Amino acid sequence: MSIEGHVQLAYAPDGASELCLLGDWTLPHLQRCRAQLLALSSLPERWQAQGLGALDTGGALLLASTRRARGLSTDINSLPGLSQEARALFAMVLEQSEMVAPAAAPLNGFRELLARMGRALESQWLQTRELLGFVGLTLVTCGLILTGKRRLRWTSTVFHMEQSGLDAVPIVALLSFLVGSVVAFLGATVLGDFGASIFTVELVSYSFLREFGVLLTAILLAGRSGSAFTAQIGSMKSREELDAIRALGLDPMEMLVVPRLLALLVMLPLLAFLAMLAGLAGGAIVGSLALDITPGMFISRLYEMTEVRHLWVGLSKAPLFAFLIAVVGCLEGFKVEGSAESVGRHTTSAVVQSIFLVILFDALFAIFFMQLDV
Amino acid sequence: MSEAETVIRVRDLRSQFGAQVVHDGLNLDVRRGEVMGVIGGSGAGKSVLLRSVVGLRQPDGGKAEVLGVDLSRAAAAQRQAIERRFGLLFQDGALFSSLTVAENVALPLKEQYALPPELLDPLVLLKIRLAGLPDSAAHKYPAQLSGGMRKRAGLARAIALDPEILFLDEPTSGLDPIGAAHFDSLLVTLKRALNLTVFLVTHDLDSLYAICDRVAVLADGKVIVVDRVEVVERFPHPWVQECFRGPRARGARRNQDVA
Repeated sequence: MSIEGHVQLAYAPDGASELCLLGDWTLPHLQRCRAQLLALSSLPERWQAQGLGALDTGGALLLASTRRARGLSTDINSLPGLSQEARALFAMVLEQSEMVAPAAAPLNGFRELLARMGRALESQWLQTRELLGFVGLTLVTCGLILTGKRRLRWTSTVFHMEQSGLDAVPIVALLSFLVGSVVAFLGATVLGDFGASIFTVELVSYSFLREFGVLLTAILLAGRSGSAFTAQIGSMKSREELDAIRALGLDPMEMLVVPRLLALLVMLPLLAFLAMLAGLAGGAIVGSLALDITPGMFISRLYEMTEVRHLWVGLSKAPLFAFLIAVVGCLEGFKVEGSAESVGRHTTSAVVQSIFLVILFDALFAIFFMQLDV
Repeated sequence: MSEAETVIRVRDLRSQFGAQVVHDGLNLDVRRGEVMGVIGGSGAGKSVLLRSVVGLRQPDGGKAEVLGVDLSRAAAAQRQAIERRFGLLFQDGALFSSLTVAENVALPLKEQYALPPELLDPLVLLKIRLAGLPDSAAHKYPAQLSGGMRKRAGLARAIALDPEILFLDEPTSGLDPIGAAHFDSLLVTLKRALNLTVFLVTHDLDSLYAICDRVAVLADGKVIVVDRVEVVERFPHPWVQECFRGPRARGARRNQDVA
């Protein structure tokens, strides 16, 4: 059983006072040991370790630093009675605990604030420039592939089409269906007050064909595929696989970026179209259940009142969204460095950035199409 | 140390992954205060043995005891009490990447004993120095350190609680010869000062000759021989002979003669 470390003032046979160290001077008792030493206003020069139990680095450090702080000699012989092992430990601690590290310089809050704002602004600018540069590089690589100077990786492209396109069908369809029915419910509540509940059909069809179909798909794919791109390329980067690709005389843009970009360019419009259908189906079902608009009526009303240009407006945005998601996802992957933690950070950043860009461009498109009157 | 206490006791250990049997009836004793080197070819199950001993892996048969307790079967409280008494250095340090070196070392100290900062900070700095790192490394993140420094930082964390036993998983792999030699001598110093028992998994022959009191050779799912390295190298087993009679072994022995 361990006995808590404690001290006792005693008199040596020659009459000089000495401090007897008793019990275990180990980590569990360290705080109370320290309190005991601090409680003594004056410490004698000579300490006696005859009754000392166990001693670990914590205890040895406490003894050494107390002696140093009180201006007592820090010689290994200043502590007679140590066992051989404890003596070796104490000697090592004495040697290593000599200097105290300088404290960190105090911070100026206001200047820190300014510096942080400046850093954030600068990194935003650098990030934008990097993104534009990467867009250029991607387009050049696509151009090289079109002119036959680089190969198109069919296997990889089809693989990513399956992963980020086909596998996303259930979630995209289900989500759009649910949002479609929610929009129809909203229409039923608001338009019903005016006796215009038949206009629910237009509400659902306009919103899904122009906006929601493609926007929901893009946001889902940003979260699902954009993040996957970052994680895949990022973990390759942290394991130096990208360097290996370059060292083998291959082009990571050609091997990794273009197939992913192409896969999204093909699959996102298809998924968006599917999302529009699912949203309309959701609206139709709510219409027939809650509003007495039969599916037949829904379809004929849709056919009569909704022009096909709305579909084209919606689908025309899909390739741009696909491009944004793929480019941001891949670029963030390339920016990963070092640890696995960095992969996580960049994955988060990829999702946030691509969703931000998708919504930003959607708003710009809305203004653009309004001015065009389509 | 002929009749010293046995601190690690492995009996009839069996480990298998699917149909592949890695250990089959493995026995090993490690005595207090010695440096036990465990060697064996790639895939001989050195790391699996270490993980079984420290309780990170449930043995498929037999048992592995540390300080008299079978960690893979012990109750949580008992296991924690034993875990506090040994330190473990993983192959690449396994430092927490979101914490600085100093925070990494401070973590076990803070979790186990609520030390105030005026006791904690110097102690952390002392451990970092004992592991052979400069003070400036304390506030760096693991990603900012070289491989050798990461290992030292991992060692600083492993000795944070003043363990009785130190488990090392290939501590010198990936280090340059000078760095590896420094690490070896650091281990010897620490072992003397902190009175450690060291369980060292390695394939570095220099380390075997330089610091190990005894060497255990893993082959065919068993420990085929445990003894001083001078005895082990004469053991008539094909793997042992190839290992200790190869060109690299001659270099390691020559270094030993010079030292």
